[in-house]
Amino acid sequence: MATRGFFGKRPTEIEAGRLPPGQYLTEDFPVLSAGPTPRVDLDKWSFTLKDGVRPVAKWTWDEFQKLPHVKLTRDIHCVTKWSKFNTAWSGVMIDDILAEAGIEAPTGFTLAHSFDGYTTNVPTADLVGGKAMIATAYDGQPITADHGGPARLLVPHLYFWKSAKWINALQFTARDEAGFWELRGYHMYGDPWREQRFTGD
Amino acid sequence: MAIPGASSASRAIDAVTSLEPAAELAPHRLVWQQARVEAIHAETPEVKSFVLRPANWTGFTAGQHVDIRLTAPDGYQAQRSYSIASAPDDSGTLELAIEALPDGEVSPFFHDVVEVGDTIELRGPIGGHFIWNAPLGGPLLLVGGGSGLVPLMSILRQRARVAPEIPATLVYSARRYDDLIFRDELLRRRDTDPNFRLEIALTREQARDGLHFGRIDAALMARAIGTETPKLTYICGSNPFVEAAASLALAAGLPFGSIRTERYGG
Repeated sequence: MATRGFFGKRPTEIEAGRLPPGQYLTEDFPVLSAGPTPRVDLDKWSFTLKDGVRPVAKWTWDEFQKLPHVKLTRDIHCVTKWSKFNTAWSGVMIDDILAEAGIEAPTGFTLAHSFDGYTTNVPTADLVGGKAMIATAYDGQPITADHGGPARLLVPHLYFWKSAKWINALQFTARDEAGFWELRGYHMYGDPWREQRFTGD
Repeated sequence: MAIPGASSASRAIDAVTSLEPAAELAPHRLVWQQARVEAIHAETPEVKSFVLRPANWTGFTAGQHVDIRLTAPDGYQAQRSYSIASAPDDSGTLELAIEALPDGEVSPFFHDVVEVGDTIELRGPIGGHFIWNAPLGGPLLLVGGGSGLVPLMSILRQRARVAPEIPATLVYSARRYDDLIFRDELLRRRDTDPNFRLEIALTREQARDGLHFGRIDAALMARAIGTETPKLTYICGSNPFVEAAASLALAAGLPFGSIRTERYGG
């Protein structure tokens, strides 16, 4: 049923084809986070791969810089309704992290962990095959702290809460374990094109 | 590359999650429903409040928001999230306070088109982190910038309803005196509620009696914290506002895990 008197500000046809349902285009880069911005010193930074509770590989910041870095330019979509086109990131593909660790992903589910205690779950299949990276730069510059620097997960084809800021670990889990927002009513998968914002969507 | 020993991250995890009432917010499917507009009030030159009565409303927790969905005659839809300003009382209604954004799509519609008696589609409540209920306790420190006051107002009103003995301090920054949303109610609560303190900071107008001129600074934060460390601090506003206020709160010694933030536009 139409809302009386509402006609809307339409996106252009080109924009409309790139906007998932319920989203609007922004030129800004809004920030969403549950708490204060953690300040992570590079000399205290580390990134760990875990198989369940068992750590299987860990990198310091200097070690991580030596991994192959690639660029990824993608549209991103936040569950709070904004989308931003052509965001330009660089970092290390999850495929390359696994190769460097010398392992195949051991389970089908992954929980991303952050320095501030944030977690979010992503199926392993959505992290590999060129789909996701640990990003360390945005628009050619180090990622600022409020946008998740020094390093954040980038899974651009899912709602952006899945792209955990201040990431410090990827943990392969036997089951699909709900993360921070997923425990609070947000969708376990979060596909913007199927508008999976909340549980049951 | 090295194999790690104990990770220092586990402490931070406890810090963020220990206060969380996630279990009581068992996920359930959120269904779109029609809500009738029962009242509209101009709160400031740029903010109007809207009292809505959803058809099938089962309540909410202070601090939560709803999603609004507007539909054009050809089926085009726009969605936005708006925080609830009212307390979760038994009225069956909820109040939104919406700031008109000059280039906006939905907020100008609310300001210029919506009338009492219209129906608006919404679903909710949404949000399981920037929330407060009596079992979470206090003392509370609430820090709001501009329309970031809205979810804090819900928390303040709920505290006054169910736990007025819990000390609460609101630090509220706005541009001018006339931009203070719910100003009369806040001043009345300050004057009549012995456990509520109000610190107002005006950034673009010389201070009046008892009002701070300028942005929130370390001295104002110290005064707001006072002698009793808040158990929980809620900060809401624009991203620069929240960044600045959270930094001041951390610098004043408040624990990282006791601070919850919400950034509008985010």
